[in-house]
Amino acid sequence: MSKVLMKGNEAIGAAAIKAGCKAFFGYPITPQNELPEYMSKEMHKHGGVFVQAESEVAAINMIYGAAGCGVRCMTSSSSPGIALKQEGITYLAGAELPSVIVNIVRGGPGLGGIQPAQSDYNQATRGGGNGDYKLLVYAPANLQEMVDLVQISFDKAEIYRNPVMVVGDGMIGQMMEPIEFRELPKAELPAKPWATDGTKGQRKPNVINSLFLKPEELEDHNIRLTNKYNAMKENEQQWESFNLENAQVVCVAYGTTSRIVKNAITALKAEGIEVGLIRPITLWPFPEKAFAQIADSTKAVLTVEMSMGQMVDDVRLALNGRLPVDFYGRSGGMIPTPEAIEQKLREMVGGTK
Amino acid sequence: MAMVYERSEGLTIKQTHYCPGCTHGVIHKLVAEVLVELGVLGETIGVAPVGCSVLAYDYFNCDMSEAAHGRAPAVATGIKRVMPEKVVFTYQGDGDLASIGTAEIIHVAHRSENLTTIFVNNAIYGMTGGQMAPTTLIGQKATTAPYGRTVEGMGMPLRMSELMATIPGATYIERVSVHNPAAIRKAKKAIKTAFEHQLAGKGFSMVEVLSTCPTNWGLTPVESLTWLEENMIPYYPLGVFRKPEEAK
Repeated sequence: MSKVLMKGNEAIGAAAIKAGCKAFFGYPITPQNELPEYMSKEMHKHGGVFVQAESEVAAINMIYGAAGCGVRCMTSSSSPGIALKQEGITYLAGAELPSVIVNIVRGGPGLGGIQPAQSDYNQATRGGGNGDYKLLVYAPANLQEMVDLVQISFDKAEIYRNPVMVVGDGMIGQMMEPIEFRELPKAELPAKPWATDGTKGQRKPNVINSLFLKPEELEDHNIRLTNKYNAMKENEQQWESFNLENAQVVCVAYGTTSRIVKNAITALKAEGIEVGLIRPITLWPFPEKAFAQIADSTKAVLTVEMSMGQMVDDVRLALNGRLPVDFYGRSGGMIPTPEAIEQKLREMVGGTK
Repeated sequence: MAMVYERSEGLTIKQTHYCPGCTHGVIHKLVAEVLVELGVLGETIGVAPVGCSVLAYDYFNCDMSEAAHGRAPAVATGIKRVMPEKVVFTYQGDGDLASIGTAEIIHVAHRSENLTTIFVNNAIYGMTGGQMAPTTLIGQKATTAPYGRTVEGMGMPLRMSELMATIPGATYIERVSVHNPAAIRKAKKAIKTAFEHQLAGKGFSMVEVLSTCPTNWGLTPVESLTWLEENMIPYYPLGVFRKPEEAK
């Protein structure tokens, strides 16, 4: 299979189409506009539909309708637009509707900025909508991983009957890298007897719904949903481990930040300082299992994020007090430099020697 | 003995929760009968609102989707776009459609999505206990307008049919009422026309149905029908506001 050079935002669209996405509903917002633009050009060529909705709110509700019919569908936005979608997302989770939501993160809070950020970690993993629900959240670090995970997202969404979120940032959305649209292993997908596709007078009506007025029924529903999330925790944790053996400090970073951290690790190796990296690929479920792989040589952990510190809480929870956890971050669209991370790590190693 | 009248096959046997004198029961029945008469019940997907008729998904005998407050037209758009051969309708109250859902109803008409909206206008928020709606009349009391609605600070009531009729994509807009049997028969005709409009692929149709809310109006069911006729119809005139141009 040959490789193609594509811009991140467009590659997401191409991957979705390859995965059988038949409906895309979106709204313009920087820095993801290339994705709805690509879909407006390409969807109809593959028997799919594209609608530029009147708002991100309308788009996520169109997803609710299409997903309820059992059709693969996707929406995308960036941070402030994802904030708007939170109502729709909790409804999707409550009604158990397979769907894919892409967030190309930009600085916040509020209108924020248009430069890359990782400050929607809490929004993605702690739910921005009401109630007890979780999303399966993928955070690719390069475009190849992005196109693979976007395709896998559609399968996972159907397997778990749950919305799945793919988190990128402005860098991933705009960068161009060679990618291969590989044939991924075929997943076993459940049937959709619940879909609203017309009774044809042959079955009882299906109802897509998240309302359960009787407390006993709503509790049962919540227990069922939590069982799904526990299965995700057990089966879906994904991460990359890099240079953990003999590491004096282990960094935790995801997405494009992890690539900058790897540059710092390589530079410090030349100075005789060993630093490792745990790179979460799923933000939820957080890859707690990865932290058992940390070597005895490691005396401290450094979380690096393009935020004021959100994932760092999950790192502390995963370590459960085993090691001290420090944080280095930049905000507002400022990109951390390898040099700054190296300096921070030198200080930490100096302190732990 | 010949069957003269029976519950429509378009309704389930579930007993509705509506108040005595509530016109939702009548309007549900009209929609259900039309779907059966047009032979499309098995191809229909309805979208229920948030409001007293949130439980409409239990009463219509077809596939249903429960939407977030005001979002039914967007949900219906998602359904119709991926299943264009199905019959799709939204059933919404005045808070759902004329307040929180104004963007969604305008844009479903703007895009002329080929689906039908049944808009139940009873000039009040029923389910939540009688708050002011965009359609509450001047001087009418509501729990959030305890001294009566005033123009100042609250605005004139919103005439949605007239507003929607200015949108080119809103190709069939009619306002009807259910305050007496003659009106009910006309309402059913309008609803049937709207669904036929959808079946002919002519674009977006909406039927606004003036309705009563005895409980929150503080009137008896019979007084409510009179109040509707004397107060709502003068402000919300009945009739067709937009229909497709005759083919030249």
